[in-house]
Amino acid sequence: MTNMSNLKASAALAGILLPLAFGGVAWAQDAVNLRMTTWSANEAHMAVFNGIAEEFKKTHPNVTVTFEPLPFDNYTTTLTTQIAGGNAPDLAWIFETSALDFVSSGALVPLTERFNAVEGYNLADVTESATALWRRDGELFAYPFSTSPFAMFANTDLITAAGAKTPSELIAAGEWTWDNALASAKAVADAGKDGIIIRDFNYQNWQNLTAFFRGWGADSWSTDGKACGFNTPEMVEAMTVFHNAVFKDGSLPGPGENVDFFTGDAAMTVTQISRASLLPKEDPFNWELVPLPAGPVGTYSVVGQAGVGALASGKNVDTAVEFLAFFTNAENSAKLASFFPPARASLLNTDTLAATNPLLSAEQIENVVINGISTGHVVAGHTNYAQIQQTVRAGLDALWVADADVAAVLDNVCTSVSPLLMR
Amino acid sequence: MSQPLQEPHKPPFWTIARRDAAAGYLFIAPQLTGTILFVLIPLGLVFYYSLHEWNVLANTFTFVGDANYQLLLRDPNLPQVLWASAVFSAGLVVLNMSLALLLAVLLDQKLKGIVVFRTLFFSPVVVSLVAWTIVWSFLLQVNGGINGLLSMIGIEGPNWLRHPSTAMISVVVVQVFKNVGLNMILFLAALQGVPKELYEAARVDGAPAFKQFRRITLPMISPTILLTSIITIVGSLQVFAQIAILTKGGPGVSTTVLVYYLYQQAFQFNFFGYGSTLSILLFLIVAVLTFIQWQMRKRIVFYEN
Repeated sequence: MTNMSNLKASAALAGILLPLAFGGVAWAQDAVNLRMTTWSANEAHMAVFNGIAEEFKKTHPNVTVTFEPLPFDNYTTTLTTQIAGGNAPDLAWIFETSALDFVSSGALVPLTERFNAVEGYNLADVTESATALWRRDGELFAYPFSTSPFAMFANTDLITAAGAKTPSELIAAGEWTWDNALASAKAVADAGKDGIIIRDFNYQNWQNLTAFFRGWGADSWSTDGKACGFNTPEMVEAMTVFHNAVFKDGSLPGPGENVDFFTGDAAMTVTQISRASLLPKEDPFNWELVPLPAGPVGTYSVVGQAGVGALASGKNVDTAVEFLAFFTNAENSAKLASFFPPARASLLNTDTLAATNPLLSAEQIENVVINGISTGHVVAGHTNYAQIQQTVRAGLDALWVADADVAAVLDNVCTSVSPLLMR
Repeated sequence: MSQPLQEPHKPPFWTIARRDAAAGYLFIAPQLTGTILFVLIPLGLVFYYSLHEWNVLANTFTFVGDANYQLLLRDPNLPQVLWASAVFSAGLVVLNMSLALLLAVLLDQKLKGIVVFRTLFFSPVVVSLVAWTIVWSFLLQVNGGINGLLSMIGIEGPNWLRHPSTAMISVVVVQVFKNVGLNMILFLAALQGVPKELYEAARVDGAPAFKQFRRITLPMISPTILLTSIITIVGSLQVFAQIAILTKGGPGVSTTVLVYYLYQQAFQFNFFGYGSTLSILLFLIVAVLTFIQWQMRKRIVFYEN
């Protein structure tokens, strides 16, 4: 082969390979892999998310969305560690308790203008009260994809077998109070099963007790977040009732006891309706879903809220916001409503929620979900929440023994946590 | 015509000494690379971070000089944390070393099936630490397996992991059972290296068994005792998974040891600068303890002058 033929062959090869190479580069640049962290690995939830992602792919064939479930217990820690390690997800769920940290720090991409630019998005449909926690200076930083009231699931088989009154019987008699709920739970516990489980509390995540102590008008701290609420008379009274229920009556499982309502081993559980997906399909038991019992302050409702935002440190910010707008538009919010009560006023009605929640009756949706959301207050959050949570947890540990002095322990909690609240 | 000048003789570059040195460097290169990448550079970075305040969410990284070290000196939780670390280390070292030595002496017998017993006691060492700890967390629950066994003999067991007086001892015991096999095997190897003539001579002189153990066995295995004590103490200061799984530092802060505390500060509270400062403190504590033990070898190790 001569030099000339070598040159020709090389040029021909280059002619074939170069366009392919550039084509390849162009393809690689266009391909976008979005990561969204969640704290649910539930198959039913994932099916809904993946369905929405596949719909998005129809109009954005280059975009693949992966949902990355992280352990619930260490969710925020794992998320911030990913951010610190330069491996931030593009989108992330955020707990209501961490909302202030994320919204005020600039970690999230502002959404208002971008959402308003999306045709037919109708941000005005998203209620003002639902987005309050996720706004700063009028700007929306995360979409409240779930505003879920705490409610009570009850195993009516166990309660009836123990000869106690079921929640619906107590409601019908106008006697659905914490005193009577605990009495029914005690009857079940005395019969050998367990009473009421405050789900995910586990004597560590005390914020879940909000669904209990708000019935006494107590709260973790004042509305402005500056004053400790753990040693108020209302909180002392609420915690005294709780302590007696655990250590005297046995109507609530004690610390270190591993019991799950959804396996059919307990009378009732305080949790959110998204947990309905855990109800057993094999060996089912008869159950009902009712609002929280009334406390001394009367009927009340507590709402847990989760936001989803696009992280400023993500690698594909624009596409992430585009997907978030799609994920939370009216059509997809209706799909998400099968597990996560929506923030859109147009969807917060019995017809929509009944269609997406076949497990729940219209009455349950009206009484528990819609009324709960309209009257509920979100679980309290704070800046530097993780440190506050840990400090209160350490202080409350002294309460979880049989001979605890409730008032003294709660005073100590305030002594420890007050300097952090004042920061 | 003159003869060209002969060039002076140059010694060859690739001498035996150079070849041996190159071989030596090649041998240590993998380990050295690992040490530089995963020990020295991270250590330097941790020191660098300890001079900064790093807000992950706000994406700010500010030089603060010795502010984190000042904070270390006035941190009200630190004395309790150091005390918890000391209690854990002392408990672990005493229990682990004495139990390992006892087991090694018992298993250094010529009995039928002795290999099975040795394997049984060593097997927890190869079990995943997290899996081991999770199983123990179920066993130690108030309605768990340990209290179930106790109730069979009429004893109502405590809430092991939730009571301040039992939480720390529970964590220590879980760790002892996990790793006692490793020290046991090291002691066993050392025991089998003690010349049998020494015992024969002692028996001829009429020395009782305990005296033989004190005057022959202990001095002869003293290098292994030094090694295992260093490994155990350093390991005890790095305990994390057991605390995270079993107690989360509670009840109160009774089981919050230094590594768990620095994890909380850095990863849970996002105070990465202060967390780095705490890890520098941990590094200094380990370095000082190791140095002291190494210096003590002259007194306690039989072979050292």
